[in-house]
This record gives sequence, structure tokens and C-alpha cells, in this order.
Amino acid sequence: MKETSAAEKSANIKQDSDINQDIQNVQTVGTPFSDSAKMTMRNVDVFYGDKQAIHDVSLDIGKNEVVAMIGPSGCGKSTFLRCLNRMNDTIESCKITGELKLEDRDIYHPKQDVVPLRARVGMVFQKPNPFPKSIYDNVAYGPKVHGLASRKSELDEIVEHSLKRAGLWGEVKDRLSSPGTGLSGGQQQRLCIARTIAVSPEVILMDEPCSALDPIATARIEELIAELSQNFTIAIVTHSMQQAARVSHRTAYFHMGKLVEVNATQRVFTNPEHALTEAYITGRFG
Amino acid sequence: MSMNTVDKQTNKTNTIDLVNKNLAKRYRAEKRFKAYGIAAILFGLSCVVLLFTDIIGKGHSAFLQTYVYLEVEFDPESLEIDDISDPGQIARADYTGLIRTALREQFTDANGRRDRRSLYALVSNGAGFNLREKLEDDPTLLNQSVGVWLLADDDVDTYYKSRNDDGSEAFTGRLNEKQINWVETLIANEHLVKRFNTTFFSSGDSREPEQAGILGAMMGSLFTLLVTIALSFPIGIAAAVYLEEYAPKNKFTDFIEVNINNLAAVPSIIFGLLGLSIFIGFFEMHRSLPLVGGLVLTLMTLPTIIISSRAAIKSVPPSIRDAALGLGASKMQVVLHHVLPLAMPGMLTGAIIGFAQALGETAPLLMIGMVAFIVDIPGGVADPATALPVQIFLWSDSPERAFVERTSAAIMVLLAFLISMNTLAIWLRKRLERRW
Repeated sequence: MKETSAAEKSANIKQDSDINQDIQNVQTVGTPFSDSAKMTMRNVDVFYGDKQAIHDVSLDIGKNEVVAMIGPSGCGKSTFLRCLNRMNDTIESCKITGELKLEDRDIYHPKQDVVPLRARVGMVFQKPNPFPKSIYDNVAYGPKVHGLASRKSELDEIVEHSLKRAGLWGEVKDRLSSPGTGLSGGQQQRLCIARTIAVSPEVILMDEPCSALDPIATARIEELIAELSQNFTIAIVTHSMQQAARVSHRTAYFHMGKLVEVNATQRVFTNPEHALTEAYITGRFG
Repeated sequence: MSMNTVDKQTNKTNTIDLVNKNLAKRYRAEKRFKAYGIAAILFGLSCVVLLFTDIIGKGHSAFLQTYVYLEVEFDPESLEIDDISDPGQIARADYTGLIRTALREQFTDANGRRDRRSLYALVSNGAGFNLREKLEDDPTLLNQSVGVWLLADDDVDTYYKSRNDDGSEAFTGRLNEKQINWVETLIANEHLVKRFNTTFFSSGDSREPEQAGILGAMMGSLFTLLVTIALSFPIGIAAAVYLEEYAPKNKFTDFIEVNINNLAAVPSIIFGLLGLSIFIGFFEMHRSLPLVGGLVLTLMTLPTIIISSRAAIKSVPPSIRDAALGLGASKMQVVLHHVLPLAMPGMLTGAIIGFAQALGETAPLLMIGMVAFIVDIPGGVADPATALPVQIFLWSDSPERAFVERTSAAIMVLLAFLISMNTLAIWLRKRLERRW
């Protein structure tokens, strides 16, 4: 009994090291491109100083589509996501090459201002990060910064509408002036989603939005993602394969900075095209 | 070897016993550890108590001042006033002469120049001004004989204060035997009284202890500090924000950072020399001005404020920055709306510690001439002034016994200033700190 498992292990290890050697030659398989692309990325390389974090990734995100990005830790999926609204600009050593477009606009064009870009491409982070302000001010902050409301009543409307769409209105409508940080983790994350959609972005990027939440709160966020996908284009990074399977239309599998496979979610989880994808979803590594 | 085997055998059953055995030792260590902390606190507290009792013990008597009762006749002839409606005549009149006459009338045993001079020395040479004020307030006093309480000389004051009813030796100082007799007569007639020393809080410096006050130094310190606050707080915060949020991470930024940290450790007298050569030498500003003092203290306080402000900015969680950036806030909006409000309590604490340090700073002010003897109370940053710690330094250097208690009293005033500033700091931090 013991001997066999040890033999299996060594076989696996051998296989993994083979895989790691082969990764240099991996070509993306599946359907990375979309006919109704909202965002198009071609031959994207990302460097942190001398270290290359993303190798030659090409991917489309279709309009009103939910694309899930999965992969083992450190595979570059979060890095790639943060390129899509230039959040990596804050990291000084980070250098990005390739073509990234939001509809027809080059995101990294020297004349492209990040402020309007981030108004169009919003982001929800891993850890719920409401501002240490009231619930109302949290949601109203984006519209205020961008001057979306000229009157108080308009702002009230945006806040109410956003909270309703984030499924939080019923829970907080009586205490809009109480601090946003006083909510539970799941409520905080929905507040962050409300804050993001208050700016009416076209694309919402979600970086592991449920990793800090309990299963019930996670289920609520997943429902919300399904609802939001009717109006927004969503790219979501997740560690949970079940979550990717539940919420996304297409799934992209990243491995060591390479995009290995993109396919319809159903396909990825039932009949993966690439051996690496299979190895990951069957739990051989990750 | 055998021990080992025994251990191995008993190991399983005895683990909990071993833990229990060690537990007592651990608790003892914990208690010792706590005791060290308490001892350190007690040591600090006892030092503070010692300091305060010493200073208050020496200084409390300065808040009282001895006054002499005299019957003074406002004689128009000796005052040379023929027209009471002329303020010039009232101002020029010789009031000291009145006091001398009154003293001679009361103590007829003062014969000869020497005795008379001793007699006149019982009353402060500034007492004449009191009489002038009285006459200016009420011109009808002319030609009348009035009982007035006049400022006693500091020697009389010190003698009266050190004199105990239990018969122990009083401090006589420069008083001769005759003078002591006269003072005793005054005490016996209840013509000597201790009252609250308003002079101390309402006048500037003086060579005569009984006329010396702290107000000039207080105003000087206040103006100096105002200049320091107005300059170093905005400059310090702007520098900290730039270094933390905008500066590229390169060798030059590192160089600036190292230099700021070094400046924080430079002795303050060097800042004084710098101020002397730049503000007074190069820019030809005048000496002894609170403006120059404030500039020098600004230079000295800046590193402290920059370092503490940077630490406060650093402690703002990056997730808040990300959230605001992700919503499309510009860098400036992130700083103004989120980073500064969250960092403000920490910045204020650091800044107020810096200001308190500046308030107590003496050496750089000596270099720029704020150590001069200045009697007038400054009315602005461009009037010559001295500062509280420099006043303490000046008085502690004076030979008169009466200045000893005034030195301690000035220290008490400075400490009161510092304590109220620190209280303000704590209050501000509590107010600004977000509890959510």
C-alpha cells in the first residue's frame, strides 16, 4: 500500500517537472477570441523588473460575457487582470508590452488617461475594502469624483440604484449614514460592488472577490455576478474551480504566466483540451 | 544513556507533569517580566514627581509679591504740577520724591545720607509709576493724603517670604540691621502684605526682580511658535506627501531621505548658527526677532515632522488607495480624500511633539540674539523678543535671590504651556481618529 503511493508520487513529480519544461513551448488552445469583443488583448508580456510574469497572452473578453481566469498561485492571472485597468501602473518596476484594447481604444496609449479608463473598467478587490466612511459616502464617492450627479437628489438616486443592484439596499437602507466598515464581510464586498457599479462602468474586473467570504456570502455574490452579467462585461479571477464553473461563460486557464487554454466553461471542466488544464482541474497540482 | 531510556519510558505518561512543573517557572518568569516594567514606570514617575515638587517648592512663592503700605501726600509743590489738566505735567512729575518724603515721615530715625538711602531702598524704584497711574486715573487725588500699597523691593520681599513665625533665621540678604528693624516695624504695624503677583504675568523682563515679569517671554515664545507652526506644518506635510506618493524610487530620493534623517539628529545650536549666517547675515534681518527664531525652529522641526508624517502616510492601508484608484480617482484625489484624512492623526501627533520640542528649545535662539535683555512686550513677529526657555536661562544666571523663585515660576509656566499643548495633541488625535 505504502509503496504504491510512493511510486505514484514519484511518477507525478516526474510528470510535473516534464510539464514545467514543456511550458516554454505551450501554445494557447481553445477559443481565446470572440466575435463581439469588448476587450481585446494581443501578445501581452508583463515584466516585474527582469522577471517576466506574463508570456505572450492573447485573449478577448466578449460583451456581457463572464470570463473566469483560473490557475495555480503565482500563475499571473491577477497580474493579467490588473493590466486591464492599468492598476499595475502603481508598481514602478512593472512593464507591459503588447496590445490591449477596450473596444477600439488602446489602453496603454501614451495619451490615454487612466482616470476615464478606470471609470469604464471598474474593479472589485480580493479583500473587501470599503472606505472608512458612511455607506452612502462609499457608494457616492465614484459619482462625486467623476461629476456624474449635479444635484443631491440625482446622487441619492445613483446610490439607491447601485445598492439595489448589488442586492444590499434592503439591508442598509435604514442606516446609510453608518460606517461601511461596520458591515459583515459579505455585505462589505457587496458594498464594494455597489461602489464600483455606481460609476456605471462597462467592464468589471473581480480579483478573487469571494476568497475572504463564507459560503453563504459567496453564494450571494455569485448570484449577483450572474445578474450583473446582463449589463456588464465581467472578468473574474478565482481560486475556486467550482465558482468558475458556476458563474462564467468561458474559462481561461493560466499556468506559469502562459495562457494554456480558453474554452467554454462547460468544456474546460468536462473535457479539457490541454493536458495541463486537465492536471489542474483534477487536482494534480495547484 | 540510562537516563535517556528512563526518559523515553516515562515520556508519554509524564508530559503533562513536565508541563505543569515548567508552568510554575513560566509564571514566575512572567511575573518578573511584569515587575521590570512596573519598576521602569515607577522610576520614571518618581523622577517626574521629584522634578515637580522641587520646581513647585521653589517657585510657588514667586506668585506672591510683598507690598508696603505708605501714607503719601500728593503735594502739588514737590510734584511741580500747577495745572492738573495737563497730562504732560502729570507724566513728568517726580513721584519718587513723594515716596521718599512719606518714608522719612514714617521712620524719623533715618538720619544722614546713608541711612536715608537704606530707607529709600525698602520700596521698589518702580513704585513711582504706580503713583503716577493712580493720579492719572483720579486727578482729584492732588493735594490729598492717601494710603497706598506700593511694590516692596526684592530684598524686603525675600526677607518677608523667608521669615517664619517659628523664629528660625530669615534670609536677610543685602538688608542691613537698620533696614531689618524698619521691616519688622512695618510687619508689626501690618503695613506689609503678600498679594498675588500680577506684575509677574503682566510685564516684561527687568533688572529688578520685583518688576520682572514673564509676559514678554510668553509673547515672544507665542509669536516664534506661530511662525514655526505656520511654516513647518504645511511644508513638512507637502514634503512627506511628495516623498511617499510621488517621488520616483531612485538614488536621489534615497539621498534626500538619508539627509532628512541626519538633519533630525543635528544639534540644535547648529541650526542656530545656520539661521545666524543665513537669515541675519545674508538676508540682513534684524536680531532678536520672533520671525527669525520661528524660521530657525522651522528648520529644526521640519525633519521631525517629515519623518512622522511619512510614517503616518505609510500606515494608510494600500487597499484604500487601490479602492480609490480603481474607481478612477486621480492621484491627487486619492491623497486628499483618503490618505491625508487617515494619516492626519499621526501627522498631528508628530507635528505637535515637534512644536513642543521647538517651544523648549534654547540654544538656537541664543545664536540669533533672542537672549537680549528686552523689557518691552513684543506686539508682533517683527518686534525684538525673548522666549520662555531663554528667559529661564537669563534669570537662572542672575545673582538676586528673588530671581531663583522667578526662574522656577517661569519653568512652571513653560511646563504648563507644554502640558496644554500635549493635551491638545491627544484631544485632536482622539477627535480625528476614525473609530470604524
